[in-house]
Amino acid sequence: MALTALHKMTLAELQRKFTAGDVTATEIVRAYFLRVAHVEPKVNAYLTQCKEAAVAQAERLDQSLKGWRKTTPLMAMPLAVKDNICTEGVRTTCASRMLESFVPPYDATVVAKLRAQNYLLVGKTNLDEFAMGSSTENSAYGASRNPWNVQTVPGGSSGGSAAAVAADECVAALGSDTGGSIRQPAAFCGVVGLKPTYGRVSRYGLVAFASSLDQIGPITKDVTDAAILLGAIAGHDPRDSTSANVPVPDYLKALKRKDLKRLKVGVPAEYFADGLDPEVEQAVRTAIEGLRELGADIREIKLPTTDAAVATYYVIATAEASSNLARYDGVKFGLRTSDSKDLLDMYLRTRAEGFGPEVKRRIMLGTYVLSAGYYDAYYGKAQAVRTLIRREFDAAFETVDLIVTPVTPTTAFKFGEKSQDPLQMYLSDIYTISANLAGLPAISLPCGFSKAGMPIGLQLIGRPFEEDTLLRGAHAYEQATTWRSKKPLVR
Amino acid sequence: MAITKQEVEKVARLARLALSEAETTAFSQQLNQILVYVQKLKTFSTEDVEPTSTVLGETNVFRPDQVQASLSPEQALGNAPDAEASCFRVPKIIQES
Repeated sequence: MALTALHKMTLAELQRKFTAGDVTATEIVRAYFLRVAHVEPKVNAYLTQCKEAAVAQAERLDQSLKGWRKTTPLMAMPLAVKDNICTEGVRTTCASRMLESFVPPYDATVVAKLRAQNYLLVGKTNLDEFAMGSSTENSAYGASRNPWNVQTVPGGSSGGSAAAVAADECVAALGSDTGGSIRQPAAFCGVVGLKPTYGRVSRYGLVAFASSLDQIGPITKDVTDAAILLGAIAGHDPRDSTSANVPVPDYLKALKRKDLKRLKVGVPAEYFADGLDPEVEQAVRTAIEGLRELGADIREIKLPTTDAAVATYYVIATAEASSNLARYDGVKFGLRTSDSKDLLDMYLRTRAEGFGPEVKRRIMLGTYVLSAGYYDAYYGKAQAVRTLIRREFDAAFETVDLIVTPVTPTTAFKFGEKSQDPLQMYLSDIYTISANLAGLPAISLPCGFSKAGMPIGLQLIGRPFEEDTLLRGAHAYEQATTWRSKKPLVR
Repeated sequence: MAITKQEVEKVARLARLALSEAETTAFSQQLNQILVYVQKLKTFSTEDVEPTSTVLGETNVFRPDQVQASLSPEQALGNAPDAEASCFRVPKIIQES
C-alpha cells in the first residue's frame, strides 16, 4: 500500500490495517517521519523527535510479529506526547530553559501504559512554558503554528499536540488541560480534544502546574480515536493519590448508539454573552440544532457564576503554580546559574534565568495571593467561589445530561495579537475554565469553519466520570456532520 | 487598591526571583491590572460557603508501609547540576566567622 496514505488515517483505521497485517510497523514509522520532515519546518509542533528509537522499536515489533499477529490496540501506533509528560530516557523540557536538559528517570503512568502496549513515540510536542498560556507563544523554543493558517497560533498550551494531529504528524497525541489547554488548541486546529474528569487519568509523571486542576487527555482526529486513547490511559493509579478508584467502562461501546433520544442537553445563556464572535456563535447554534435533530431534548439552563470563572481560576491556578514551581531551585535537577555568590543568590538567579516572563508573572501573582494579609481576600475567596461554581453545575446536572457551549470566543488569533496583554490572553479561556474548576469531563470537537477558513469548536461538558455520555453525544454529532473530512493544506 | 512597587519587590524575594528594574515595573502594572479584574470576586456572596481545595473530597490516602522499588542513587542524582558522593552539592551555606 502507498506509504503516503498512512498518515491520513485515523487511529482506528491504522489499527485495523496493522492488525490485519496490511502494513508493518516499519512502514508506519517511515510514512510518519516522511510526513514530519515535510511539514515540520512550517508547523514546528515538536521539541524533540524520536526517530531512531521509533525505527528500532518498529523493527523489533515486526520481527516479533512474523507469522503471528497478536496485537494490542495501540501497538505500532505513532503517537506524540506533550513535553510536560515524563518519558524515561527522553528529554522532557516543559518548553522551559529550566528543564532544557532534563531526562526523566521514569515514565509517567500514562506513558508506561502506552509503552506496555508497544506504541511508537514520534516525539515530544511543544507547549507554552510549563503549560502556562493559550498560544504556545510562551514556549522558550519558539511557537508552533496553526496548520490551517501558519500566521495564526495553534492555541495552547497543548498547541504542539493539536498542531501535530491536525497536520498528520502523528496519528493521535496526549495533551494536558488545566484551564482549557487540550480543548482550546483542539478547537483552533480543527481536531478532537477531551479533558477527562479530575481523577479519571493518573497525573503521576505530569509535571505539576496546578495540581487540583491538571488532567491528561487525548487529542485525536475523531471521537472514536478519543474513546480508544482515553480507554488506554484511564484508571486508578496508586502513585497518584488524587486518581479515582472508579471502574473504566468500554468507551467504544458508548459510540454504538447513533441518536440522542432521551438525552437532555443544557444551553447556558451565560456562554453566549458579550465577546463571542458572531461566526462562532452561528456555528455553535447551528450545531445545537443538529443535536436537537438527532433527538436531544435541548433546554435553556443558567450558570450565573460563569462570570467569576476566569478570576477564580487565575487566583487558584497561580497559587498552586507558585507552590509547585518552588521545586526549581537549581539543586536536584534542571538549570543552575553559573554565577552566584551564595545559596540565596543561587536560588534568585537560577529562577530568574530559567523561567520566562509568563511563568514569572504567574509565580508572582500566586505568591502574592497566598501571602500574609492577602490570603483570605484572594485565595480563600476564590476557593469559596469555586464551591459556588461546582454547586451550579451540580444543580444543572440534575435536569440535563450534557451541557453544550462554544469552546473559545473566537477562532485562532494571530501571533502577537494578545501576547502583550496578559489579561486579554487569560480571557480567551473563559468557556473552558469552569470544567476544570468543577472537575468535570469536557470535549471539544469541530462544528464548522469561519469565512476565513479557520476551524470552530463545539464543547460538551458532562457529569463526573460520565465520559461515555460525553463521547456518545460527540460521536452522534460527528457522524451526522462532515467537518472532519476537511483537512488543512499546510503551506 | 493597588500593588506597589515595594510590594512587588517583596513578593519577588518571597518567590526567590531576581527581577530586573524593567521586570519590576512591568509586573507592577500587569499585576495591578489582573488584581483589579479579580476584584469582581467580591460581588459574589460566599458567606458560610465552604472553600473547595479539591473536587474529589479525598483526604489522606495511605498505602501499607512496605519497601517498594525506587530510583537508585545514580538515577536520582542523574539530573543534578552538581553532585558528589551520593549527595546534591550546593554552595556553602555556613560562613566561617
